Amino acid sequence: MSRDGFDLALSIGGAAGQGIATPGNILARIIVRRGLHFNAYNAYQSIIRGGHIFLTIRVSDRPVHTHGDKIDLLVCLNQDTMDRHLRVMGSGTRVVFNSDTIKAGDAGDGVQLCPLPVSDLTEKNRNKLIQNTVALGAMTSLLGLDFAVLEDGLTLALQRKGQAVVDENLGVARNGFEYARDRFEPFASAMPMGPKPLAVWSGNEALAMGGAAAGVKFYSAYPMSPATGVLHWMAKNGRELGIMVRQVEDEIAVANMTIGAAYTGCRAMCATSGGGFALMTEAIGSAAMMEIPVVFINVQRAGPSTGVPTKTEQGDLWQVLGASQGDFERFIVAPRNALDAFNTIPELFNLCEKYQCPGIVLSDLLISEGTFSVDPDEIDMGPKIDRGELITEPSTTNGYKRFLDTETGISPRALPGLEGYVHIVATDEQDEDGRLISDEFTNPHKRRQMVEKRARKFGQAAGLITAPQLEGPPEADVTLIGFGSTWAPITEAVELLRQAGITVNHLNVKWIVPLHAGVIVDILSRSKRTIVVENNYSGQFYRYLRSETGLDVDGHIRKFDGEPFMPHHIADGVQEIIAGKTDRYVPVHELTV
Amino acid sequence: MGVVATDRQGAAQLSPKDFKGNIDPDWCVGCGDFGVLRSLQKACAELGLRPHEILTVSGIGCSSNLPGYFNSYGMHTLHGRALAVATGAKLGNHELTVIATGGDGDGYGIGGNHFAHTARRNVDLTYLVMNNQIYGLTTGQVSPTSSVGMKTKSTPFGSVERPTNPITTAIMNGATFVARGFAGDPKQLTELIKRSIQHEGFALIDVFSPCVTYNHDNDFPFFKERVKRLEDEGHDPADWKAACEKAMIWGDTIYTGLFFQSSETPTLHKLEPVLDKGGALGRRSLGLRREQGEQIIKRMM
Repeated sequence: MSRDGFDLALSIGGAAGQGIATPGNILARIIVRRGLHFNAYNAYQSIIRGGHIFLTIRVSDRPVHTHGDKIDLLVCLNQDTMDRHLRVMGSGTRVVFNSDTIKAGDAGDGVQLCPLPVSDLTEKNRNKLIQNTVALGAMTSLLGLDFAVLEDGLTLALQRKGQAVVDENLGVARNGFEYARDRFEPFASAMPMGPKPLAVWSGNEALAMGGAAAGVKFYSAYPMSPATGVLHWMAKNGRELGIMVRQVEDEIAVANMTIGAAYTGCRAMCATSGGGFALMTEAIGSAAMMEIPVVFINVQRAGPSTGVPTKTEQGDLWQVLGASQGDFERFIVAPRNALDAFNTIPELFNLCEKYQCPGIVLSDLLISEGTFSVDPDEIDMGPKIDRGELITEPSTTNGYKRFLDTETGISPRALPGLEGYVHIVATDEQDEDGRLISDEFTNPHKRRQMVEKRARKFGQAAGLITAPQLEGPPEADVTLIGFGSTWAPITEAVELLRQAGITVNHLNVKWIVPLHAGVIVDILSRSKRTIVVENNYSGQFYRYLRSETGLDVDGHIRKFDGEPFMPHHIADGVQEIIAGKTDRYVPVHELTV
Repeated sequence: MGVVATDRQGAAQLSPKDFKGNIDPDWCVGCGDFGVLRSLQKACAELGLRPHEILTVSGIGCSSNLPGYFNSYGMHTLHGRALAVATGAKLGNHELTVIATGGDGDGYGIGGNHFAHTARRNVDLTYLVMNNQIYGLTTGQVSPTSSVGMKTKSTPFGSVERPTNPITTAIMNGATFVARGFAGDPKQLTELIKRSIQHEGFALIDVFSPCVTYNHDNDFPFFKERVKRLEDEGHDPADWKAACEKAMIWGDTIYTGLFFQSSETPTLHKLEPVLDKGGALGRRSLGLRREQGEQIIKRMM
């Protein structure tokens, strides 16, 4: 517990198929019902059985943005977990395990081993998953909670399966609880109560809910980790909310179908990861050319190619910057966390509809597949909706020009089915009235006019988005720069460094395109020492920043092992760079997950 | 089927000319696509459709230029993607009459995946494929329907690959209306188009639309000598086995007409409760009702 107040991380490790999700979900519900905050990260592999799954849930009485730097309670569901992690557990950590099947190794000083004779405690129950329930009982005791808390949680989670299942689990959970209560020392401070119950969501659920709140009527997808959670939410809720949800043959169809639906007036959205996004790219350019507003979400995972499907990275920045052939404008936005992702979707739809163009959201596995507590009062399901210049009334006069060259570059949009506005949109370059310019001759003057018309739309766009702001003291030894999901570990690293006597501020860039380059130059030119933190090898964000601002920086902290930054990785890097040991620090991920 | 009003009060019956686009076709003189365009204009006029009720969606290729020459809402999309875009548009506004057009390369080559799945889903649209067995716009390369031995710029020694059979492919993938037309038989083609628009589900009309510039093997005389109308032989379109047998015949006799039709399979948009009431999705108001938002959050607690 590194901070004042309650701050505790617990991890459950085992193989896929050992049922880690269920105790994880039960604990999450217990936590939010007590009004506590949590941040959960699940390290896993692309397998259904076997491998090593490692779920970490960090609980606090204050908002908590990362899964933290240390583990206070480790639950080993198999020998592998014990062998991997016991050696890195620090003093004060409780290690819970089934002593019938798992041998403890050499524990460090102050580590408290908590062996559970599961067979005795379950009257030789042969269900292999029953050890999870015993462990939940023991954890409840160690966390200083009354058994009634777990009783409620288990009943809520298992009641669908019938009273017999509930009773069986309650019995063994109580045995685990009492066994631990009589033998193991609980944590010094018991899990407290917060002021009001909180809610639970994942980043993917937040993205999907943002779409629903924005008025999405059409959602299409092809399953791809780590974006599939958006599809699952949409599929489950679509019918009730009037959203057409389609899983189709490939991401090429996804993107093109989404564009077709958007042309008819639906707010339409799709999500994928880098590989699927690669298949969508030609369609993204077509949305720009046909001036159809569509939102594309790229939930990044470690690449290239199939890469590491279940691991995180910020490696697709240049992919989205350069997505699709030709020279055209698109919005690109990288939200910092789940709540920001939720709020970003309606904002992006308003922008895309105003400027009639594609918009791209860069999420990543860390945000999208992470599970978080959220204050329900912060979720605005009725955001502002601005459809831009949309013609809704029929007309008896002809002469409508779909791509009318206006002062702003924005051409009033009519939807098919409306009388008096019949027109064609094409992926070929076209004149104001949709006539392909290659149908007469490739008129260079018209071509220039249309390129400038589309580009002009974006002249005003930057004014509608929030410029990046420096967080922390304006006068600081170091400025840390990042984009998207690194906001969370950087924010905590700033605090760790403050405790170490180093003043640090933080510039998180959310809007990649348009980029408030002037504001960034203004901020960074006053910084004493600048370090870019990013989750990739080659410094994609650094290179983009340099290309747009001409600024160089003093150091780099990069991580590309598939696992997200932990705050101390960044803090260590800053110390090394300040000490002049390196200008490019790559942390070692201590946990072998 | 979209909004088809045959005796609309107060609305004058439109003529094929009313479906003429504001651009004249740039097809080669004698191209089969002219006949297809005329038949489509005639069919829409005879069905009493209005231009703003129709959406034509095409890919890329000579025949994919058709939406520009036809008076209706239109989308001239990416190569091979007409059916994917058209599916999204139909689901976005199922009140529109959606007609996808394109060529054999666009539909059976680069777009082959969407062809199979659009048929399987039985999306309610008409797919008019102007099949000239050649890539014309790229100046004459082999296509998925080119015959074995055909010499093109990309097969100078003759194609060694067997052509695909669009008719049997469509039937096997679950299309519920499968027909073949010939640009040289506008009467039959107009009738097929009318029936395909009235059909509720995915309707393929593969049309022999000879390329006068790059395919000298399969020209108008080639087809005129060979085509026989299925309707003249008493073929029953409900008999899918007979349909497949007739579709496999390729030689001195090549059949045109309606091979297969089934009304047993519901079309996709009728299977989606989201479209049961409330009209076209794309015209509905945005935003959730307060209680919908509250319900979502309640489930997260």
